[in-house]
Amino acid sequence: MSMKKPPRIKIPASVNTGEIIEVKTLATHIMETGNRKDASGHVIPRNIIHTFRATFEGQEVFSATLGSGIAANPYIAFFMRVPGPGTLTLTWLDDEGTTTVEKVPLQVA
Amino acid sequence: MLDRRTFLLQGAAAAALLLLMGAGSEAKAEAAAPESAEFKAAFDAVLRGVTPLEQGLILDLPESVENGDYVPVALAVDSPMTAEDHVSALHILSTANPRASVATFRLSLLSGKARVTSRMRLAKTQEVVAVAELSGGRVLVARRKVDVKVGGCGI
Repeated sequence: MSMKKPPRIKIPASVNTGEIIEVKTLATHIMETGNRKDASGHVIPRNIIHTFRATFEGQEVFSATLGSGIAANPYIAFFMRVPGPGTLTLTWLDDEGTTTVEKVPLQVA
Repeated sequence: MLDRRTFLLQGAAAAALLLLMGAGSEAKAEAAAPESAEFKAAFDAVLRGVTPLEQGLILDLPESVENGDYVPVALAVDSPMTAEDHVSALHILSTANPRASVATFRLSLLSGKARVTSRMRLAKTQEVVAVAELSGGRVLVARRKVDVKVGGCGI
């Protein structure tokens, strides 16, 4: 299942080189655990976002490996030190093979 | 439409209910569920034989939650995040969910600050364990018990 809505990403409107900013992300995803059964007793297969990655101009900033214990519509907030102007690329991967990529240009003052 | 009187009355009723629930939850704080075998294995795998220090890692969780489906969680270490002294990974482990490994976060020298916030599921009243891997092979651990009224559905 792909995301019904694009992820929401919040960063400060304007940042300075060297500044440490918080990047807040919220993906829309069911995070089906694989432990639930449907009405006829069949196990509903696991479908979670298992990997989240943040890179800045090809450099790894932050990554997460998620399990079924992360809540639906996973919220992940992390910090980054802005090395200069450039684009932050955020990637979410789920069990069905869906890849969601968002590119966030940083407006460096 | 909601008039002012109804609104105030409902507000007062809700406040009274919250107080009652607060009092009730203290009276019957549940014991944490026993640690699962999967938790013990996952904890050992994360520690890799290192004896962790029980200091310096902040694990922020509510003491009690009504609903285990959405539990805010934050992990933080006061670290300069330099090449010589930094946090490389933060782990969240559940002692009594069906799956012990909740999340692993990998930080970098571009992180600037070792703090991560997310939301987790808790199937029942239990301890949550956080582990921080630091440069130089040091490992920090923190534990917090969370009282769960209604477990996370289907986890």
